[in-house]
Amino acid sequence: MAHSPVPITARWPSAAAAALVLLLTLGTLGAVAWRAEWGSGLAPADWAAIRFTVIQALLSAGISVLLAVPVARALSRRRFPGRQLLITLLGAPFLLPVIVAVLGLLAVFGRGGILNQGLIALGFEPISIFGIHGVVLAHVFFNLPLAIRFILQGWLAIPSERFRLAATLNASVGRLLEWPMLRAVVPNTFLVIFLICLTSFAVALTMGGGPRATTVELAIYQALRFDFDLGRAALLACVQFALCVGAAFLAWRATANDPMGTGLDRVVQRYDTARAPVDYALILAAALFLLVPLAMIILRGLPGIMDLPETIWAAALRSVLVATGSALFCVSMSLALALRGGALVAVIGVLPLAASGLVVGTGAFLLLFPFVRPADMALVVTMLVNATLALPFALRSIAPTVAQVNADYGRLAASLGVEGWTWVRLIVLPRVRRPLGFATGLAAALSMGDLGVIALFAGEAEETLPLAMYRLMGAYRMEAAASAALLLLALSLLMFWICDRGGRADADL
Amino acid sequence: MLTCEGLALRQGDFALDADVAFPRGKITALLGPSGAGKSTLLAAIAGFLQPVQGKITWQDQDLTKAAPGARPVSMLFQDNNLFPHLTAAQNVGLGLRPNLKLSAAEEEAVHAALSDVGLDGFGTRKPSALSGGQQSRVALARLLVSDRAVVLLDEPFAALGPALKDEMLDLVQGKLSAAGKTVLMVTHDPADARRIADMAVLVADGVVTQPIPTDVLLDDPPPALAAYLG
Repeated sequence: MAHSPVPITARWPSAAAAALVLLLTLGTLGAVAWRAEWGSGLAPADWAAIRFTVIQALLSAGISVLLAVPVARALSRRRFPGRQLLITLLGAPFLLPVIVAVLGLLAVFGRGGILNQGLIALGFEPISIFGIHGVVLAHVFFNLPLAIRFILQGWLAIPSERFRLAATLNASVGRLLEWPMLRAVVPNTFLVIFLICLTSFAVALTMGGGPRATTVELAIYQALRFDFDLGRAALLACVQFALCVGAAFLAWRATANDPMGTGLDRVVQRYDTARAPVDYALILAAALFLLVPLAMIILRGLPGIMDLPETIWAAALRSVLVATGSALFCVSMSLALALRGGALVAVIGVLPLAASGLVVGTGAFLLLFPFVRPADMALVVTMLVNATLALPFALRSIAPTVAQVNADYGRLAASLGVEGWTWVRLIVLPRVRRPLGFATGLAAALSMGDLGVIALFAGEAEETLPLAMYRLMGAYRMEAAASAALLLLALSLLMFWICDRGGRADADL
Repeated sequence: MLTCEGLALRQGDFALDADVAFPRGKITALLGPSGAGKSTLLAAIAGFLQPVQGKITWQDQDLTKAAPGARPVSMLFQDNNLFPHLTAAQNVGLGLRPNLKLSAAEEEAVHAALSDVGLDGFGTRKPSALSGGQQSRVALARLLVSDRAVVLLDEPFAALGPALKDEMLDLVQGKLSAAGKTVLMVTHDPADARRIADMAVLVADGVVTQPIPTDVLLDDPPPALAAYLG
């Protein structure tokens, strides 16, 4: 057998990481399948939940993509001050805690929100945001920016020479260049968003509810938390897993795009740039739709932030600890897997995409329930599950750079006898600092805002900040909830910024 | 002596057989057309490519199964010979201690090697703050401090201008050879071979010839070499 051109590193870290990911994804699924009450079958309410899950995901993905196309087109055609900042902000919803965004949307579209105040002032009936339109609204809020970035990338990938050629031929740019691009990009974008919306729990928890607007994830939560019907929760978890695997398979096959990709600052020189006001109106509308809810969080949250009850600060501390642990854990696992490389690692890296927090949580609950009080394990389980669910994103960020370091310096290091921990410490870590910092920040922010597993497990004493905030909202303490939201938002962005910054600072590569 | 005994290298369709002994303490040039397997032979000697048959020995010690880092062999590649995030002194230090935990005496050796290649006072610079020629000098200093007796050069100076390249070749002769290293260098320029190589071999048509004095080989080239030289 040939010597590896890559320095030798120990096998156990990657094996341990792989084992943990397998335990938390397939292991918990096994526990769920074993406990599921297959005999009883699905009740009519369960079928309604499945229908609602699929319909709201279809609607959310469809509307996001439909709205994103004209906005992305406008952004690709226009150059204006603040364009780069706006495009950067379009990446922010990925880091935004769901519950914070929901509160912001409520401040705009909710019962006492500015939209209804306007309607009442004009003599109209106020509208209610709860139900399917609320769920879809929140999903569009989250995924419209993602869709715009995806599709904008497609637009900017069209070489400018083609626009020049089309202009000299006086051909329709739309039919010749844009339509083929959209036909390639839009289905992928649609599938990715469809998948994200299928597994969305926190939005359904806050905006949906009731028999007419319950997702499968929400039904799992209710079966476990309120009815304590383990068999039914397990059965629903199997259904959810099947839904996700199907959609994840489609999405993964359909896309190799990186939603966090860079290079979006280019403006393609175009020759069909009439109707500028329409473009600017579209860009402004999209920016307002995304920014006003966030501005409302700040406006409503700022006054009360010093009056937050002590329990909220305690929850914030818990959240920071969980997020830190989860981020370090996630990045260590990703690094171990990336150093090992290979096809098996690639499969393990995408496996969590098909898992949902609630399915994993239910499985963990079933595994732990006979031995310990679930609340005692709430924070540890949340940390592990968050780390696993963030793993695909971290791995996607780290693995290409590790592979590059191997390709560039593997042989040199091997011939110098630099291997094992020395190779990792001396060569790999300094060279992957940037993606490592980014991935750590991403994992920390995702964990910080997570409202999924924790809701299954936690009692009063184990509340994280998102859960405490949700409970404030449930008690109609909206002022305090807004302040908690602001705190959560600030902490999430701060954690991301510190890690990302740490990776970039004097990284003279 | 560095010997290849009945060595058979295979990579897909590619095949190279070598039965050759490189004399100790000499510079031997590997000449031949692109794709003939010059770099492949070096990769096998360095331990990056396991032969399907035969063995590689140094002073009667069998290296065939040894890991790259365990062979008495150091190598310079076409590029990426320095780690960009480490200083010049650290890059040299890797030749002594792979984990960079150097004793005071070893630190001293690193500085001596750097001044030996004309880089006194450049130890704290990172490669990005050095010129192409200076970077090559750092890599040569690392070969100097190392106690590995065999040096493999896979065209590490190809990206340098002609004058700078000659300067580096002279350093190889003046420092490495003078320190008793056995040097194998791949080159596609016969002038490089004439400049510093004591011996030369031809790698062509899937075989490696026995080393003979460079001038003898180049003055009366066999048909394969003549076709290559044009």
